[in-house]
Parts: sequence; C-alpha cells; structure tokens
Amino acid sequence: MAENIKRKKRISSDQWVALAFLAPSILLIAVFVYGFIGWTGYVSFSNWNTLTPDFSFAGLSNYLYLFSDFRFQADLRNTLFFTLFFIGAVIILGLGIAILIEKNLKGESLFRNIFLFPMALSFVVTGVVWQWLLNPSTGFNHFLKWFGIQPLWYTDTNILAGFQWGAIEFGVPVAIIAVVIAAVWQMTGFSLAMYLAGLRGIPDELREAARVDGASERQVYRKVVIPMMMPITVSVVIIMAHISLKIFDLVYAMTGSGANFVTDVPGVYMFETTFRGNYYAQGAAIAIIMLLLVAIFIVPYLWYNRKGDN
Amino acid sequence: MAANKISTFLKYILLITLAIIFLSPVYVIFVTSLKPLDEVSLSTMWALPTSIDFSSYSQAFEELGPNVMNSFYLVIPATFLSALLGAMNGYVLSKWKFRGSEILFTVMLFGMFIPYQSILIPLIQFLRSIDLYNSIAGLILTHVVYGLPITTLMFRNFYANIPDTMIEAAKIDGASFLGIFRRIMIPLSITGFVVVAIWQFTNIWNEFLFAVTITNSDSQPVMVALQNLSGSQIVQWNVQMAGALLAALPTLLVYIILGKYFVRGLLAGSVKG
Repeated sequence: MAENIKRKKRISSDQWVALAFLAPSILLIAVFVYGFIGWTGYVSFSNWNTLTPDFSFAGLSNYLYLFSDFRFQADLRNTLFFTLFFIGAVIILGLGIAILIEKNLKGESLFRNIFLFPMALSFVVTGVVWQWLLNPSTGFNHFLKWFGIQPLWYTDTNILAGFQWGAIEFGVPVAIIAVVIAAVWQMTGFSLAMYLAGLRGIPDELREAARVDGASERQVYRKVVIPMMMPITVSVVIIMAHISLKIFDLVYAMTGSGANFVTDVPGVYMFETTFRGNYYAQGAAIAIIMLLLVAIFIVPYLWYNRKGDN
Repeated sequence: MAANKISTFLKYILLITLAIIFLSPVYVIFVTSLKPLDEVSLSTMWALPTSIDFSSYSQAFEELGPNVMNSFYLVIPATFLSALLGAMNGYVLSKWKFRGSEILFTVMLFGMFIPYQSILIPLIQFLRSIDLYNSIAGLILTHVVYGLPITTLMFRNFYANIPDTMIEAAKIDGASFLGIFRRIMIPLSITGFVVVAIWQFTNIWNEFLFAVTITNSDSQPVMVALQNLSGSQIVQWNVQMAGALLAALPTLLVYIILGKYFVRGLLAGSVKG
C-alpha cells in the first residue's frame, strides 16, 4: 500500500526512460509474434491456395482437408512417435550419463565435452552426416553385420503394430527411429548439462544423511537423488517436446518425407506445400495446428513458472 | 572394495562405448573429407584414406566461401543488436519492475517457443513490402526480433543477481536510469554479454528455416548452401563432408574455446535459469 502511494507520487523521468527502453521490443513482439500469428490464422481460413493472394473466406475447409489428408495424418502419427522416443531417450541418456560422470570421475570433463559438443552444431550438419551413418548399405550396418542384423533405417517403410486408422496405417513407423537417433545424438548434451547442474545442486549432507540412515548407494539415487531431479525433468520434457513438435531442418536435410511419408513431419509439409506448392492457406493451417500443439506444453509451463516467481 | 572396482570398470566401459558412438560422426566426416573423389564410396566410408588429399576442402571453400561470408555478415550485427536490446529489456524487467511487468515478460517469453512456421507467411509478405526480402538485412531484422525473448530472459536472470541495494545506493547518489545502466549494469554484466553473444551466434549461425525461406541465391547463409550441396545432381561426398566441417567450424571453435559460457547459455534457456 505504502509502496503504491510512493509510486503514484512521482512518475519520475527515469520511469519514462525505462518505458522507452522497453517500448521498441514490446512493439516488435506485439507485431512480429502476436500480430503475425493472428495474420497466419486469418490466412488459414482463406482460399489463398494459389500464387496470388486470395483472402476470400474459406471457413474450416483447409483444416478439414488436412485432417482427411493421408500425408497430414501420417505427419501427426510420425510426430507422436518421434516425440515419445526422442524425449524418452534424451532423458534416459542424459540422466544416465550425468550419474555416471558426476562424482569426480577421472576424465569427467573430456566425457562431458564429447557428449555436449553436438549441441553446438546445426541440425543441417547433423542431418547430412547421419544420412550417411544410417545408410542401410554401409554406415553402421557395416559393423552390425557382425551381429547378423541389417536394419533398413530410414528407408524402412514398415509400420510396426500397424492397423488401419483414417487414411493411414497407424503404428510405429520404423523409419522415424533413424531420425530419432540423429536427434538424440544432437540433443542429449542438453539434458546432460541440465542434470549435471541439478545433481551438483544437491547438498552433500542430504546424501550423507541418507547413507547414515542405512540407504545403499543405489537407494540414495532411487529415493533421494532422482526424485529431486523432477523439476529438471519437467523442464527437459517441455523444451524437448517443443523442439520435437516443430522440427524441420533435421528431417529436411537427412531424409525428407520418405516413401509413403514415413519420415514426414508437419514442419516439412508446411514448408513444401507453402513455398514449393503455393498452397499458402493450407500451409498456414498446418502452422496454426503446430502452434496449438506447442502451446499445449508451453502455456502451462510459462504460467507455472510465472507464478513461481511471485 | 573389489565390487567397487568392478563397478568403476563397468562405468568406464559404458562411457567409452558411448563416447565412441558419439564421436563416430566426427571420424566419418574427417576421413571422408580427406579422401580424393575417386576413393570416396559408401562401401569404404569407414576406411582411412590411402593418401591425404585436401582438394575437397579447397573445393568446398570455393563453393561455400561466399555463403560463409554471408553468415558472418548476418550473425555479427544480429548478435550485437539482440544482445543490446536484451540487456535493455532485462534491466527494466529486473530493476524497474512495474505493475504488469511480470505478465508482460511472460507474454514476451512465449515468442521464444512458437514454431516459426506460424509467423513465416506474414513475415515474408512484410519483408517483401519493405523491400528486405531476399536480403541479409531482412534476415538480421528477423533474428533480432525473434531473439528478443531469449536474450531478455538471459539478461533478466543475470541482472536479478545484482543486489537491489546497489541500485538504491546509486539512486541516492543521484545516478539516473541511464547512468545506472551505463556505469553499473553493463560493466557488471560482461559475462552476461559473453553468454548471450555466444548463444545468439551459435543459434543464428545454425538456423535454417528463416534462412531458406527468406533468402535465395546470392544472399544465402552457409547452412542453406550446405543443404543445397546434397541436392545437386552428382553428390560429391568428400566435398559435402568437407563443407559440413567448414560450416560447423565457427560454432565448434566457439564451443571449444568458450564452452563454459556456451553451457551457461544452454541452462539459461530453460526459463528458470
């Protein structure tokens, strides 16, 4: 209360300058983020599926088309499994490696750097290289033949446990696993860094106390350490989910859509239909669906974090 | 104790195996890029070159050189501008909070997570209308704007650690808003600038979606040109691998030299910081 009165008393020149500092950025975000999203939404309800703009109202037709479209249904299926495998693997590997190297292991910084450096690379470079490494005729298959297995990687058109659903066969597209491997190679460093920072934040006394209470080393991890990593896991899941839902460059550089669209994702479909096919309204509809999918994860996360600040 | 030794041994076996898998792409890039074209084939991709040949590098440099320069022309001003704006926003949002500033900050942050596909069509229309489509300046503008949420977040978290009492003391001494920013905040946030600059440099250098949709031909950054190498009729794998290495080199060097700061940026990007 007292603070309020004080604030009202003098809107000092400093406060005006503070607002002026912030104003350009607010304006830019308002126009380029929110204004443009609104405009994309508007385009998605239009008939602009030609080179020249046509903003006549098309109702939901672009969305209805997409949900009955073989390619888009395949995209949603692929994105679902890509996201699940990608997040699962990044968390297990990141936490696993973090636990292995956290305790002053000799060569800790070398290992950390080996697992982290792919984070500094572009998804395009990753895609170009992994396209080779997972080439079914050579690549890793060169070594896997010792074990008598020769996966087809991203050229595999099989859908595991598939059943007819809508226009597509719903199930796990085997080819997407190859893309998951490349993405995991690149992003494991992120969860590793997060978990390492988290593990280092646990006071030694806490583990010591658990040990004094008779907990084995394994129990210390299971009952004390890993539960304390929960907030970090939430952050990793959210960040990885939003990367996975909007992924474009890795798939575009590594495999493209694949036969029967087994490695296609909404990001690639949006790009091709909009900028190669001039179906702007359809591309806008895909983009809005992508945005809504990301928002499901991000909006609660941001809301929760904001409350946590107060 | 013996069990302890065995578990340490197993730990190392596991880590070394993982490390080898993680490094195998690097090995393939290196050996392939050092082979002459007639020695490059998928069947011998794991074999060492019989003689070391740098011609693929000179060819990659010839093809990608102009695009590497484009990337530098893009990344340097974009990084500088977005760091500066981020510092200004972070200063206000941490030390000059006002009613609604927290909500405003959250509303800004959302912009960091959106799939850029959802703003791409209007963005291109807009850039066309102001004559910045297919130009590096257009890409700079784009990266500065969409970099605002992350740079603001990073500086806000950084400035939150500077004690408020310091600001109050300066105010009592008669320092103004700008004076505090110039003489206290900026000098105290050199590390912050390094972290933000490295983060933006890496991200903008590696970015592909904006680059491929906003520019064509002459003004394309290196990642688009690299992707185009594999799209050409005959793929010269040795040149492509040399190109991949060339394109990755600047960010890789930054990581090797300033890795500590890169990781700080990585962690700061997870909102809480």
